[in-house]
Amino acid sequence: MSSRPYDNRAWLGVLPVVLIVAFSAVIPLMTVVNYSVQDILDFNSRFFVGFEWYRETLNDPRFVDAFLRQIGFSATVLALEIPLGIFVAKGLPKNSRMTPFLLVFLAVPLLIPWNVVGTIWQIFARADIGLLGVAINAMGIDYNYTSEPMHAWLTLVAMDIWHWTSLVALLSFAGLTSIPEPYYQAAELDGANRWQVLRFVELPRLKGVLTIAVLLRLMDSFMIYTEPFVLTGGGPGNTTTFLSQYLATMAVGQFDLGPAAAFSVIYFLFILLFCWLFYTSVVARDE
Amino acid sequence: MSWMAWTLPTALFFSAIAASLVTMTLIELRWPTVKRRGFLPMATTRGDRFFISLLSAAFIHLLWMLLVGGGLLWATVLAVFWGVALMRWG
Repeated sequence: MSSRPYDNRAWLGVLPVVLIVAFSAVIPLMTVVNYSVQDILDFNSRFFVGFEWYRETLNDPRFVDAFLRQIGFSATVLALEIPLGIFVAKGLPKNSRMTPFLLVFLAVPLLIPWNVVGTIWQIFARADIGLLGVAINAMGIDYNYTSEPMHAWLTLVAMDIWHWTSLVALLSFAGLTSIPEPYYQAAELDGANRWQVLRFVELPRLKGVLTIAVLLRLMDSFMIYTEPFVLTGGGPGNTTTFLSQYLATMAVGQFDLGPAAAFSVIYFLFILLFCWLFYTSVVARDE
Repeated sequence: MSWMAWTLPTALFFSAIAASLVTMTLIELRWPTVKRRGFLPMATTRGDRFFISLLSAAFIHLLWMLLVGGGLLWATVLAVFWGVALMRWG
């Protein structure tokens, strides 16, 4: 820990970004906060209602259910995608002629529009015509993601892993290639086995990229909307309705702007809290 | 500005936030912060502690609405005390 004061002049260089962020994020966010304390019938008839919509949202069982579902989903995909991404990155050859092709191949799922990913899986997993659905049923498992909540969940998790593990793998690969060869030679001289190399050489050097990977995946998975909307539509019942989909139903479907704004502010605060907790814990560990 | 649907309470709220950010900047220019360790489990700068106190104020109000209900005056009092303690000893 350094006791030297920071030189703050460099912050002036960030000013253009601050202005852009103010325009694209801060002002819209302030508007949402303004909406969240009013009952908006139409734009000319607005009534101040204080924290009414916040109370209503916090005591709404559907909000609480969607929130718990969201945490379950984010925790599941993070727990699977991060180790899997590292594993895939470890399997990639570092200096081969095939490496660029493999990297492009890996990046393909990342380039597909989210709507299309949902549609691909919607067809792929169908029990009557989809390759995956028919194959699973042919193995004697009665699989149908449109009627079984557990099947819908598994399909969503599988889709997310298919879509995003590449991101973790590419980031981890970038981190792995930056580890100098002498580290491995030293580990070999010390007689380290593969697990020890991973644990004591590679993982510490990957910490930076993995922090970014976890943060990106945490935020993205917490805000997931398009793919479940296309794949399951939030069903069967409400079993795969995540926060953003419930929010969209309120804001766009029912045009309840006040309650939807209060919902958004609470949603935003939780994302801010999770990201801050995670980022701080990583930075604090470094120090 | 009318599209932002301002109300007096939210205008006052954001003005207070803006004023405190400006004040924090001026204090920072006059007395640059030094990272230190208080009762929080990690070393923090003055700005870190300010951010934490704002974020925790938001959650104190949300929890109050969820668990206690009624008016929010006591939640605000609690948040202010917590914020001051955090800035001083955090």
